[in-house]
Amino acid sequence: MDVLIDNLSLYGEGLLGTIELTVYASLLALVLGFVMASFRVAPVGSLRVFGTVWVTVLRNTPLTLLFFAVMLGLPRFGIVLPFQLFAVLALGCYTSAFICEVLRSGINTVPTGQGEAARSLGMTFAQTLGDVVLPQAFRSVIPPVGSTLIALAKNSAIAGSFSVTELLGTYKPLNEMGYSIIWSFVWIAVGYLLVTLSISAVFNVLEKRWGIAR
Amino acid sequence: MTTALYDIPGPQARRRHLLYGLLATVVILGIVAWALYLLFDTGQFTAAKWDPFAYEGIQELLLHGLGNTLKAFAYAAVLSLLLGGVLACGRLSEHAALRWAATVVVEFFRAMPVLVMIFFVFVALKVQPLPALVTGLTLYNGSVLAEVFRTGVNAVDRGQREAAYSLGMGKTQVMTHVLVPQAVRAMLPAIISQLVVALKDTSLGFLITYEEFLHAGKLIASNLDYDLPFIPVVMVISPVYIGMCMLLSWFATWVAKRQRHSLKTRKVEVAAAEPGPLLPGAGQQLQEPPSHRSGPKTS
Repeated sequence: MDVLIDNLSLYGEGLLGTIELTVYASLLALVLGFVMASFRVAPVGSLRVFGTVWVTVLRNTPLTLLFFAVMLGLPRFGIVLPFQLFAVLALGCYTSAFICEVLRSGINTVPTGQGEAARSLGMTFAQTLGDVVLPQAFRSVIPPVGSTLIALAKNSAIAGSFSVTELLGTYKPLNEMGYSIIWSFVWIAVGYLLVTLSISAVFNVLEKRWGIAR
Repeated sequence: MTTALYDIPGPQARRRHLLYGLLATVVILGIVAWALYLLFDTGQFTAAKWDPFAYEGIQELLLHGLGNTLKAFAYAAVLSLLLGGVLACGRLSEHAALRWAATVVVEFFRAMPVLVMIFFVFVALKVQPLPALVTGLTLYNGSVLAEVFRTGVNAVDRGQREAAYSLGMGKTQVMTHVLVPQAVRAMLPAIISQLVVALKDTSLGFLITYEEFLHAGKLIASNLDYDLPFIPVVMVISPVYIGMCMLLSWFATWVAKRQRHSLKTRKVEVAAAEPGPLLPGAGQQLQEPPSHRSGPKTS
């Protein structure tokens, strides 16, 4: 218990770092994932190919390798950004591939007849998409998006080993100050449980509010 | 290809799509060309930077690293399948205490970043990097696999279990002769996909100084003699990593396709070739099998 009370600010900073990483990377992943999903369902061949390559490559890349390449590789091209931004970039791009697949399969669960009915009523493409297809797709993607964002929050732990302030990284200074290593890990574990369980609580609420049983 | 988004295009729409396609191709090629220009501009293709790969010692270092990666993967895969089986037995047990214990273990390790476990074993228990990495991967993937196994057993058509019981089979017989064979067949794609996750996560060994593939790459990249060949190293090791994972992913997809057409999985929904769900309770909807045949929750 002493470990937590004595180092509340250290833990707080770490937890805040993890939350910040998670939130920013989630936003990037959702936006990029949406763009890539729209590429993958577009009637334009080259965009589909681009989306497919993006997803296939990123889904099969170990995240550590991606972090390694982004954190240490981009500076070689003269791109110098804060470490945290690099971490958001790596995490966001990696997760965007998973989000893309979730959104795409969400769109594919909408029966073809829904779109056909909308168009036969004279709805424009924007109306079909915005009023018919996307609302239905949204309802079915809530749980898998939640799963993916939980995975993102957990993956953010890797950033700690690349000089970004986050929760897992707090074990190092605590270890040096001579605190019980087991207890410091217990509180780190509690911190991660807090983050993942709150994400899952949020998505459970969303699911209750908008989700539908198919 | 049919989709709710648009009708099958007519001649005019096809022409328009072709135009969009050409424009998009130009933009994409432009981005690729810019990246290549950057690579050339910063001198990534100079002979000095690619020299190291011609030496046998460095090739051996890379192969040694690759071997260590595969070794860690093999240990982690076998052990996590075993742990997954044990935990799944616990979660499907009829004894409430056992079920509770298994549930707590599974939910805890699924909610925890795998890196936290690896660091905990490595730093707090002070073990060698390889056992630490394998332990972390086993705890995490074993827990996820336990959920996959459990989902599979629950997804087997209720009639199978009832028929087996009415033939006078015992609890264990029903499990081993009727439910598990069908569940494993149906879940094989999801199991293999989870192994892809394990393979990717072996690269976390890099962070605890386990001498695996990425570690070998880092050693070469930080060699001043060869003008710090970082980008060449990334260009060499990432295709190998991505290729290995892709092969395994394709295998999972192939198995999924095969199992779906197999007569032996008629009474159970075959899982998609995707890793298990992480959302606590995401697999719960499957608990009530009657009339609910939506299949495993793997998005």
